[in-house]
This record gives sequence, C-alpha cells and structure tokens, in this order.
Amino acid sequence: MSTQQDVSDDDEIILECRNLSVSYYTRAGEIPAVVDFNLTLRAGESVGLVGESGCGKTTVAMAIMQYLGQNGAIVGGEVIYKGQNLKELSAEEIRRLRGNEIAMVYQEPMSALNPSMPMSRQLMEVPLTHEPGITEDEARQRAIKILEDVDLPDPERVMRSYVHQLSGGQQQRVVIAMALLANPSLLLLDEPTTGLDVTVEAGIVALIGDLSKRFNTSIIYVSHNLGLILDTCDKVYVMYSGDVVEVGSVEDVFDRMRHPYTHGLFNCIPLPGADKYERPLVPIPGQLPLPHERPGGCNFGPRCEHFTSGACDTVVPLSVVAEHSGHSVRCTRWDQIEWGSMRANAYDGAETEIGGSVLAVEEMQKYYELSEKTITSFVTGKGSRFVKANERVSFEALEGQTVAIVGESGCGKSTLAKVIVGLETASEGSVIFKGEDVSRTPTRKRTREQVSGMQMVFQNPFDTLNPSYTVGTQLARVVRMFGDEKGKRSVRERVRELLALVKLPPEFANYRPRQLSGGQKQRIGIARAFAGNPSMVVADEPVSALDVSVAAAVTSVLMDTQRQHGTTLLFISHDLSLVRYLADRVVVMYLGHVMEHGTTDEIFSPPYHPYTEALLSAVPIADTSIERKRIILSGSLPSAIDPPKGCPFHTRCHRKVGVICETKEPPEVEFGEGHTIACHIPIDEMREMGAVIVQKAKADAVSETVGD
Amino acid sequence: MAVITAPAPSQGVRVPQFLEGILLLRESKIGMFGAGLVLFWIVVALISGTLIDLGILFPPNEPLVPNLLPGSHYFLAAGKLMIETPVEDVCSLITAGADAGKYDCGIFWFGTDAVGRDLLSRTMFGARQVLLYAPLAVFCAYAVGIPMGLAAGYLRGWVDDVLSFTANVILSFPVLVLYIIVISVFGASALNIVVAVVFGSAPTVFRIVRGITLDLCNVEYMLAAETRGEPTWRMLLVELLPNARGPLIVDAMLRLGFTVIAIGVLGFLGLGLPPPDPDWGKMVSEMRSFITVYPHMVLFPCIAISSLILGFNLLADGLREISLRD
Repeated sequence: MSTQQDVSDDDEIILECRNLSVSYYTRAGEIPAVVDFNLTLRAGESVGLVGESGCGKTTVAMAIMQYLGQNGAIVGGEVIYKGQNLKELSAEEIRRLRGNEIAMVYQEPMSALNPSMPMSRQLMEVPLTHEPGITEDEARQRAIKILEDVDLPDPERVMRSYVHQLSGGQQQRVVIAMALLANPSLLLLDEPTTGLDVTVEAGIVALIGDLSKRFNTSIIYVSHNLGLILDTCDKVYVMYSGDVVEVGSVEDVFDRMRHPYTHGLFNCIPLPGADKYERPLVPIPGQLPLPHERPGGCNFGPRCEHFTSGACDTVVPLSVVAEHSGHSVRCTRWDQIEWGSMRANAYDGAETEIGGSVLAVEEMQKYYELSEKTITSFVTGKGSRFVKANERVSFEALEGQTVAIVGESGCGKSTLAKVIVGLETASEGSVIFKGEDVSRTPTRKRTREQVSGMQMVFQNPFDTLNPSYTVGTQLARVVRMFGDEKGKRSVRERVRELLALVKLPPEFANYRPRQLSGGQKQRIGIARAFAGNPSMVVADEPVSALDVSVAAAVTSVLMDTQRQHGTTLLFISHDLSLVRYLADRVVVMYLGHVMEHGTTDEIFSPPYHPYTEALLSAVPIADTSIERKRIILSGSLPSAIDPPKGCPFHTRCHRKVGVICETKEPPEVEFGEGHTIACHIPIDEMREMGAVIVQKAKADAVSETVGD
Repeated sequence: MAVITAPAPSQGVRVPQFLEGILLLRESKIGMFGAGLVLFWIVVALISGTLIDLGILFPPNEPLVPNLLPGSHYFLAAGKLMIETPVEDVCSLITAGADAGKYDCGIFWFGTDAVGRDLLSRTMFGARQVLLYAPLAVFCAYAVGIPMGLAAGYLRGWVDDVLSFTANVILSFPVLVLYIIVISVFGASALNIVVAVVFGSAPTVFRIVRGITLDLCNVEYMLAAETRGEPTWRMLLVELLPNARGPLIVDAMLRLGFTVIAIGVLGFLGLGLPPPDPDWGKMVSEMRSFITVYPHMVLFPCIAISSLILGFNLLADGLREISLRD
C-alpha cells in the first residue's frame, strides 16, 4: 500500500531542506555526515529515508529538529519549515516548534519515556507546555482520547502505569500518542519499530498510516527496512554514506530503480522470488567507507561494478530520470546500464544431499522453576511456580538439512536452542542427537564428540568474541580442543583455512575484536562454530543485528560453509523472509508450543495455522507486486508463567472456533507427510483458506526486480 | 565471491598488550604525574642501599648528632671513627672559622631526629619496607578476593550467600579496629601486617570481582566457551578475568595507596613493621612531641607518606580516565 493520500502539487510545502550539510566534530577532526541533502515535503505526504547504518539518515532527522547535540552542527544549507528558515529562529521559538508542530518518535521507546513519571504526567505535559490556556482536566481528557486513538485498550490503566509496566508495543504507542497530542504538522519517526515483534510492528505501522490520514500529518520515516517503507511511504530517499543516491516515488524506486546501490540493496533482501539455488542473494562487495575515507567522486564507486574512471570519480550531481516524474538519481551512468540484464547467477554446485536423522526432539518440555521465597507462600504451603518455556516440542532434522525455528519473542526458541546445545537441561522428553539422548546432559558432561558435533552461532556479534584476545588465539583454542592438529604450525594452518572459509584474509588472525566490524565478527563466530567439523550448527538469529547488505554477506557465508561440510543447520529466527529463503523445513512456535511444522513451501502456502497466517501477513515485503492480506492480532503475548488453558493462541486468534479453543488442547492435524498444524479448525475449513501472500501480475514490462 | 579487503588495523605495529597499556598512560597528564611520583619512590627504595655502601648517605639507624636542622653540617672532632673508616679519609678538614680543627663529614640535608639519626636516609630507607609489603599485601588480598568473587558470581546460590555474608561482616568493622585486633592478637610482624591488610581489602576486591562476574557470565563469548565444553576454572580465569582488568587495575592502585596509609597508621600506633628498618609511621609517632620545636622531624616522613599515596591515587585516576575514554 503506497499512497496514503493523493498529494497534489498545490498542497502546502511543510518542510524543505536545501543543500543541507551536517558535520560532526570529533577528536579526529570534522567528519561530514550528510552532504547536500535536498528534500521537499508537502502536507499529508509520507516520505521515507532509507539506508544502512552510517548513511546519515538519523542525522538528517536530528538536523530537521535542530537537535544535533554538542558535537554536531549544520555546516551548510538550510532547513525551511513552513516558509520559515529555522536557523533564524531563536532558541525559545524553536522550543515552541518542537513537540508542538514538529514531533519525533525515537527508536527505543523504553528510553524515550521517563521511568520515574507515570504516563499521565508525561502525556499531559505536552498540551500543558504548548497550550498556555489549557486546564489540567482538559489536558487529561485529551490524553485519554489520544490513547484511545492509538488503540491502547484500557486507557485509564495506561495513564496510571509507569514505563516498566507496559510492553514494548504499548510503550511505542504511548510515544506516538505523545507525539500526536499537540497535533503536529510534521512527524519524524526514527526506526520506531526496531526491537518490536513483527506482529506488534504491523499494528504500529497500520496505526501510523491511519493517524497520518486522519490528522493530515506529514511524515518522515527513517528506516533500513525497505518493506516497511513500501507499506508506509509515498516517496523514498535512498541514502548512502551521507549522500542521497536516489529519490522518487515508491513505485519508481522499487520497480524501476536506476542506481547500482539501490539495485544491490534489493538483491540483498530475501524477497519471495529468491531461491537459494536458483536465485541466491548477492551481497554488495566491499565495505561501507568510513566518513573520513570517502573516495572523491561517487561514494559508491569502489563497490560498483559499473564504475568507470573518468565518469565516476568526480563529484556526481543528481540527474533527473526523464521518463518518471520526480525520480532523480546520483549516477553518471544510469542511462547506460542495462538494468534488464542484471540478474544474479544461479548457484553452480550440487544441492546438498539430505541424509539420515541427526537430531530428533521428542515431546521436549522445559520448565524454569521460580521459587517463591515470600512469607505468604511459606504459610500457605504453595510451592514454586514455573515458567513454561517449552511445551511438548517435537521435530526432526536430517543430515544436510536446514531447519528453521520461527517465532516471536517469548515463544521459547532460544530456550529450545539452549536445551539442544546443552546450556540447559530438559525437564521432560528427549533430545536425540546422533542416536544418543542428550536432553539431561549439560555440555560439561557430554563427550567430546557430542560437544564438537554440535556448535552454536550466537545472536549478538559484538559480544560473540572475547575482547581480550586476538582472533587467531580464539580460533586456535577451538581447533586445539576439537581438531586433530596438535603442532603450532598445523594449528596456525587450520586457523588460516578457517578464515578463508568465511572469506576473510589471513591477516585477521592478528586482529583484536574491537578492530573488526559487526559482520566480520559474526563471520569469525561462524568460523569458530565450524572449526571442529560439527554435524550440526545451531544459529540463533545470526544476522538480526546486522545491516541488510552485511546480513546478506554473512548469510551466504553461512550457507556456503554449510554446503561444503554437509552440516545440518538449525536456524532460529523471527525474520520470515530470510527463513523462506534459507530453510528446508520450518517449525513455528508460539508461547513454547509448536503450532505448525512442515516444509518451507507447505508453511508459506495455505492451509495455515492462524498464528502462521498472522505472522505472514505482518512481515513487510519490499516487493510492489506482492499483496498481503491484513491481519492484525489483538491483545498481547500472555505470560509464560500463567499460559492460557487449551490452545495458547486463543486469546488473540482471529479464527477462534469457540469455547473448545479455551478448554481443550488442539490436536495435531496432518496435511500430507510431515506437515502438521495444531488447531481445532475443521480440516475442510482449513483447506479453504486463502493465501496470505499473493503475487500480482506485473504491469510494467520493463521491470527488473529480482523476482522477475 | 571475492575476498573482502580488510581495513587497516588501528595500530600499525604489533605491540605486546602490556606495553600498550603503559603507552596509553601518556594520554593522561594526571596519570603521568602519579606514575612519576611512584616511580620516584621506587627508585629511592632501590638505590638507598647502594648509596650507603658508596658512602654518600649516612646510615639510617646510627645516632650521630641529635636535633640538627636541615642543611646542617656534620662536624666531627678529629680521631673519631665513623663506619670503620678513619675520619680523615672521608671528611674534609676545616681550616678556618669557629669549628677549625674539626672535620666536615657531609650535610644533613633533612636534619637529624632527637636521637641523632639522619632523617634523609631514614626517609629513604622507609620507602623500602613500604614498597615491599604494600604490593605484597595487595597481591595477597587479590589472591583471596578474586577466587571468592568468581565463585560467588558464577555459582551463585548458597555459595554466593555465604561469601557475601562473610564479606559484609568483615566490611562492617572499621578497618582500623580490624587491623589493631589482628596485630594485637597475633603480634606485630611483617606477615601479620599482610594478613591484616588482606582481611581489610579482600572483601572489597571480592565485591568488585563478583559484580563483574555477574555481568559477564551470560555474555555470548562466555556462552560460546561453555558450549565448547570448557572446564569452569578455565572459563573464569582465562575467558572472564582478563576482561575485568580495567576496574581491577584501578582498584589495585587505589588499594596500594590505602595500604600505605594502613602501614603508616600501624607504624604510628607502634604496631608496625619491626625494626631495624625505619618506618615512616613510627618516625612520626616517635618525634611528634617535638613538633612545635623541631617540626622537620615529623614533616619529612609525613611528606613521604603523602607523596607516595598521592602518586598511587593520581595513577589510579589516570588509569580510570583512560579506561573510560576507550
């Protein structure tokens, strides 16, 4: 859904940035963060700023708010709000604009809200500060009304709550409510849904679209997620290393892109048309240049395959793409590049052979005990309560297969990973790894073959390596523990082999973790996991903390390594697009229960479990030819200490059958071999479910997206 | 896929990690000054013995001429022997003035105390024992506190409860009372001073290490070590402890300062290190009744103690500044 409203050229121009340049002053000197940024925003329009970390998009948002902190400054150009140059205003006048006419929603709602004040005070602060005549009662009424507008149930309770008493999604809604209370003309959103679950994110995105239509607010949406931009914005600015490299309407940029970076970015995203063998992800080669190492001329030049010296190494201005209105591109060769012929090469190797069973999890149950130490429990004799993290989980993984565990936060996937690897022991059930039950054996008690046969890649690349030792030392340690190499030289050889495996040069063995980027550290994490030639690798959200292009590079390294060794990969993620691209089999979890499992194709096409259906509809997809059914889940995740009886999903299910869902546990219904859905809905009804993700026919004959 | 070219590392040369830390110190002026002070006293402690042998310094415990002011000359009548060397060889004969006929055997730069001992050499020698026992005591405190902290932070449960309780009980005693109790019960000796300081310092070290262990226990690289099947002791000592070195080093420097104070106070109370080496605290306590008449007897040991403690404190400040900056 791209256009929120039809914006004509006669509409008032709310914001204009003319040749805006922002720099930061650090010990290393002046670092230009944004160079010559131009933007025009009309009333009711939604504009997206897209780019990866370090491209300058947050800096632009801060500069518009005139809030650059101590070491940032606008060094050129101007920001003109409703015809008024913001540089000419005094601090008091700008203060009156902020929060009143220009509002901002930040990335972390937890830190945007004051932890020591109840929501009522924080919300009422907005009208009380900006509207001098208003009384406290009126302010309170306004606050309650806006909480209803943002779809928060029980606004009275929210008014009384403190930040820590609200969930992430609720916090972000309160922040949006605060931003909208003063009825701003301009709303800036800086990655407002990072860290939120996909289903929650879908709700927030729908809310923003709804509200902007209702209040006719102009929106600037800063994000690195192209799918979200497609859902919310009319116009897109693609930024790279401080420059805008492409501007245009959403259709133009997404379907008819004209910049190699935009093209590269889309190639990095696992769209529904991608396939790991036929049409693999193609990471952008090279690395983002550091601000002081920018090449003169086109910033993207060193990484661009169309780079020609002479044309591309001088400063490149924005050129207008004649065929589409409002579409500009910062490339000198945009009209010379054959966009239609740029296609990713198919993987030229054999598909991995699937072998016998490596891991079989049967009815595994993991309860964490919360011992009650209060006097009341001592008196009443009531024992401990349990956090029911995993409930009767069963699935199987064969040799060479990639099995994905999918679910949102609180579904128990991390606990499952920990039990499998041995960081925790199961309470009931079994985990059979290569024929032996390891569910009650912690890692320390396992045999060396079991330990070296199952390794893990962790989520946070920044903490995955010990900062006190060099990369080589850490890899050598693992090699010595698991490998057969004993002598110093052979260990060093093996370390070098491992680095080459993850496509890093051998010099990296001497670097310390703080000298590496996130993507490089994660690659070393992968090298470390594969050092002992494991039969199975558990990857716990290995790329969620990384930028799009870096994630694509790390994902392809992971896949290549897996293929080379024939390792089974247990891939835990909440990113359904990536799962669809990578996995052979998928297990969908909710609140510790397995809701559905089957092959990837079976999961992504009907019949679905209602939760899977909601998940699929919530995931933003950066493809204009895809239409998704809109399903927004009501309510929030129930507590794992006190899960709902019967089907755990019934409190939020949009296809709830009736009382049976609240009382009886759903049966496992089989839909073909290996595809089971745990639901009460009758089989025939399920078979009639429509698809959530539908591919429309492409209207434009000259489109060149990956899915073509 | 092409091999990704790597960015150049931030240091061009492979410098051993220890030297890295020392070179970093240059960034903090305060740290440099503190380090200078400490280094000064270390050098003093090291060379004082040699200087005696070379005959440049007076012996620290020999009563010579009492109550001399700083800068006074040491006049000896002819014939008196000093350190088995005939006076004529070492001293120069004064030919003119009131003291003609006597030998000028050097200057008491700091004067002498009421018994007649040279204060300069006493002050210099005082550094030796302090700079030997203070680091030793701190080292022992760490040797006790670190394992306690690691165990409490990692194992938690009843181990943590017992250890924390013990530490809190010890910490609830005023430190000085604790020292006095230990020394009075076990007698004054170098070993007992070390024991007393360990008692006083280990609980704080325990707390610091326990806090860091609790923080770092579930960090990814620790989990990675656990999934490798690393034995617990290795995980704690090799993987975790080096990452605690920042706060621990700063605390060590501060603790050295406190220990110097402790040794000084114990010396003042007469519970300090036993003779023969002079003890700054004892010097102050012995001469304090003369403070209105001959303040220099008390002044020099006080300046010595203060400057050494100041050196450690400033060094700790500098290190903390640098570790925060990183």
